[in-house]
Amino acid sequence: MSVTVIVINALAVAGLGVSLARDRGKTLAALQVALRSALRLGPIILLVVLLIGLLFAFLPPDRLSALLGERSGVAGVLLAAALGAVLHIPALISFPLAGSLREMGASVTTVAAFITTLTMIGIVTLPVEIRELGRTRALLRNALSLAGALAIAAIMGLIL
Amino acid sequence: MKAAGPAQERERQRRALRRDLAILAAAAAATVVLLVLYPERRPLAVRTIWDYLAEMLQVLPAIVILMGLFAVWVTRDQVTRHLGHVSGLRGAAVALVLGALPTGPLYVAFPIARGLLDKGASTANVIIFLSAWACLKLPQEIMELRFLGLEFMLLRLGLTAGFVLLMGTLIGAVVRRQEGKPSRTPSMEEN
Repeated sequence: MSVTVIVINALAVAGLGVSLARDRGKTLAALQVALRSALRLGPIILLVVLLIGLLFAFLPPDRLSALLGERSGVAGVLLAAALGAVLHIPALISFPLAGSLREMGASVTTVAAFITTLTMIGIVTLPVEIRELGRTRALLRNALSLAGALAIAAIMGLIL
Repeated sequence: MKAAGPAQERERQRRALRRDLAILAAAAAATVVLLVLYPERRPLAVRTIWDYLAEMLQVLPAIVILMGLFAVWVTRDQVTRHLGHVSGLRGAAVALVLGALPTGPLYVAFPIARGLLDKGASTANVIIFLSAWACLKLPQEIMELRFLGLEFMLLRLGLTAGFVLLMGTLIGAVVRRQEGKPSRTPSMEEN
């Protein structure tokens, strides 16, 4: 087991301990929320794991790296950014998915573009955003986020 | 603020869960069919599925427990109360930090953002809050750390935080020029 896993689990246990010492009822409520989150996330996590398995088994690595790898250039980054903007999957799940793409040969730039547009831009939620915040704020926020995501991805590709 | 009632929210979640389970069942069936048709791909597929599942299960309980603790100890009311009346650089920092706390999915954040605007919070801070809510969620970062590594995570978070601050300020300036006022018309609503 890696250091990360140990630290993270220690953190959760410590948090629970402190919470329990301060308020028993709240801690039970927290565990209920945790259980509900786990149930909510469970099916999606299994879905993504299946998808990753199929990708590994059926997508030839050179095909993926042609689409999203170093050689894919600007087209690959734009493809990843567009996918991220349109898809509506929880960010929590996007990280393992992105990690698997990376392992199969996707470049840092495309993976960063995908995660950033996925989390920052919401085409699906855009109508709600316009209704609540007004057209100017919502449209500007999404458009600038796209530009920002591409910039962030480019910088990450240069550094890493 | 127009937050959905708890019963309505539970019904929504139940429907979402049913939908996810249906999609999962379809995907599982498709996987089985594919692996029966192509037995030579089976070992790699099974091993990959197993590896990723194991990796996720090592961190998932911790993630949901941290989410639960945050949900109980840091309530949405506390978040809104803090954001309503701070401004300037401090306000921007507070908006960034509060947005990063895990208090629900993005669609929950829109009504909260609307409420903040109504109470007179600046556009810049509300945009910063919303964007941080969307892409800087603390427990999720455990997954990023696990699957993409520390360097990738820190660099992405740093760049994103910087960009969000910049974008918030910019949109704030545009809206101010457009409306000739620091924020959208405050409603008469008290508290």
